[in-house]
Amino acid sequence: MRLNKLALAALTALAVGAAALPVIAQEHAAPAAGGEQHAAGGHELLAPTGGWSHEGYFGSYDTNSVQRGAKVYREVCSSCHGLKLLSFRNLGEPGGPFYEARWPNPNDNLVVKEIAAMFQIDGVDPDSGDPGKFPGKTSDRFPNPYPNDIYARVVNGGALPPDLSVMAKARHGGAGYIYSLMLGFVPPPAGLTVAPGQHYNAYFAGDTASSWSGDPRHKPPGGFLAMAPPLATDGLVTFDDGTPSTKEQMARDVATFLAWASDPKMETRKKMGVSVLAYLAILALLAFVSYRRIWRNVEH
Amino acid sequence: MSGPSTYEPKTGFTKWLDTRLPIVRLAYDSFIDFPTPKNLNYWWTFGGILAVCLVIQIVTGIVLAMHYIASTKDAFASVERIMRDIDYGWLIRNIHATGASMFFLAVYIPMFRGMYYGSYKQPREMLWILGVVIYGLMMATAFMGYVLPWGQMSFHGSAVITNLIGAIPLVGPTIKTYLMGGPAIGDATLNRFFSLHYLLPFVIAGVVILHIWALHVPGNGNPTGVSVKDAKKDTVPFHPYYTVKDGFAIVVFLIVFAAFVFYFPNALGHADNSIEANPLQTPAHIVPEWYLLPFYAILRAITFDIGPIPAKLIGVALMFGSILILFVLPWLDTSKVRSMRYRPFARQMFLGFVIASIGLGFCGANDPDTLIFKFREDKLSLNYTATTGATTSEIFDDFAAAQAKLQSLPPTAGGAIEISKSGFKWLWLSQILSAYYFLYFLVILPVLGVIEKPKPRPASIADSVRKKHGSKAKTAPAGAAAPQAAE
Ligand code: HEC
Repeated sequence: MRLNKLALAALTALAVGAAALPVIAQEHAAPAAGGEQHAAGGHELLAPTGGWSHEGYFGSYDTNSVQRGAKVYREVCSSCHGLKLLSFRNLGEPGGPFYEARWPNPNDNLVVKEIAAMFQIDGVDPDSGDPGKFPGKTSDRFPNPYPNDIYARVVNGGALPPDLSVMAKARHGGAGYIYSLMLGFVPPPAGLTVAPGQHYNAYFAGDTASSWSGDPRHKPPGGFLAMAPPLATDGLVTFDDGTPSTKEQMARDVATFLAWASDPKMETRKKMGVSVLAYLAILALLAFVSYRRIWRNVEH
Repeated sequence: MSGPSTYEPKTGFTKWLDTRLPIVRLAYDSFIDFPTPKNLNYWWTFGGILAVCLVIQIVTGIVLAMHYIASTKDAFASVERIMRDIDYGWLIRNIHATGASMFFLAVYIPMFRGMYYGSYKQPREMLWILGVVIYGLMMATAFMGYVLPWGQMSFHGSAVITNLIGAIPLVGPTIKTYLMGGPAIGDATLNRFFSLHYLLPFVIAGVVILHIWALHVPGNGNPTGVSVKDAKKDTVPFHPYYTVKDGFAIVVFLIVFAAFVFYFPNALGHADNSIEANPLQTPAHIVPEWYLLPFYAILRAITFDIGPIPAKLIGVALMFGSILILFVLPWLDTSKVRSMRYRPFARQMFLGFVIASIGLGFCGANDPDTLIFKFREDKLSLNYTATTGATTSEIFDDFAAAQAKLQSLPPTAGGAIEISKSGFKWLWLSQILSAYYFLYFLVILPVLGVIEKPKPRPASIADSVRKKHGSKAKTAPAGAAAPQAAE
């Protein structure tokens, strides 16, 4: 009996270990919906006051913030970064920032139509057959700002601005990383040489070792990137809801928008999770009771 | 334990069918009436769980294949499209991706269980070997499946593995070319991986049938390792006793599964796989999925050549060897006693083996050269070429002092200041644990079987159950489904 307990303890440890292994081993993996405090380049990421509403088991996106973030993306980031996995209609689908119950079909959504029309999309004139640029429709995808990657590199000092569709999933820290990156363009510490066309950022997932002339044990965190600080001054965007557009506010909103863009089904997913888990819990209980009943008279 | 069949067809149709294709009889004998030891604990419930896993993977996989595009240009976007635009695509894809990890969790536990209770011993060697075959097929399937989303880890992980295979002497390069379908990983590779990834689960299903067949000849082992003596006293029919117990375990397993699918869908993956594959840009750390990490650690543990054999080849050999050794486990363990319950020393060694295996997983996740703990604070080392021509390195605590010394050197010395670390490396831990892994199989098990004095075993399953409950009187199981009579 005691032996059995020992074995059980060992194997329980194994099971727990096996379950914990992926979590611990991949301590840097992006969390479910972005966000969460993660050490990047040796120091904690920044987080907005109040944290991220979309984190946690029941967290949902802050719709106002996603709406504002959509505007920051459109007015600031979209000149360099595409969002090719998203269509305009996604903005008006359930869980999207501009979803409204009166427009169950996102293609009827007037706000979405208006936003789509602000973008110029490559197309073909239906009358003449001439290629050209046309105002976007809800069914169109967000356009790539550059005709091709080579051109994009040439105008950005050799660096390719990455597509932002899944950015929040593709970096450790998710929304927290994007937020920190936006606010992390601090003056480089003395002893750090910044190459022309490059910008020091204390949160960029890079390395400063080769440009640091000081004690290598204390190299500054972060790295260099070709993107100039996109949200360098307050008031770049005028928010429709009157929220003051400080740098922090814009950074927070664009990060929330990109978190949504990376995982637009998060709210549906978490909601369904509650019912699935509740169902399984009841089923487990019933199964256990049946098990006890059936085995009642069998010594085992 | 295929005894005489007790199935009696009742309806006209089943009577007719039974004399032509006794398939109902087969199912009845295998899953209803099958005599199963009554003392099985929850570690024995994973057969049912694994069957559920296989079905889930095949069903979700078939649906995913309806939308997936196996092309280097479209694969990444097609997976994202499934997540965004296909009805419930996010659910199906999360289940499939999480399901792979769950499948491995559910296969590792009964593998360890089998090692502890000696389930591989005579007369169940074939059963065990077929299990190892299934495990190998699972690894191949999972590896190819991980390549399909065509993220950075997909691409660079597959590059690592195909290179390993290429390192096998003589046949390696040919196998590698066939695997890749060309000189480099590209469209041809992706297409054949997709094709094989679709095929292999059905091969697994075939081997599972053989596995169940091989189980049903000797019957289940049990925690005491004592064979069934009297089917009436020692066993209960599979249904309803084990259908309900396995059913309960399956539901509990599904709860863990669902928690991952709905709340941590990305926790088992890697952020870099959300970046589309770029052959020209290698990620800083290439790591496989968690379930392959122990083998990755063994591969990287070998950093030294042995005679004329290069380190890389030894690493590859040990990595494959660590899996192949499982095939001969029934013959390496020389003990006549199945269950380690009655082998006090072997039990300790087994605990060490479990710890080594999990520890190797952690080693695989960490860079071998990083430190687990430091022996001392980091210092600085100034490396330069002295006037004598010898490479010299001096250790400094203070950066200013190191810099002053550097400035005093002639420019021809080519001095550079680096961090000098001293501590216990992950590499060393993986070497120690890898050594234990192989020692366990090659030395400990064979020797222990000869020298260890096992404790007395119960006379029968019924006996051990009685002892456990401390009841002296032999109780009779009641209930219509338990026909055992009181003696
Ligand atoms: C003038 C063009 C330009 C604008 C405007 C711009 N970016 Fe960038 N961005 C770049 C370039 C170029 C890179 C690639 C930098 C590199 O890799 O060196 C980049 C990289 C990034 C990255 C990836 C960093 C990493 O970890 O690799 C993120 C995230 C990002 N930008 C977000 C934004 C956001 C959010 C905005 C809008 C607020 C924005 N960018 C506006 C040019 C731009």
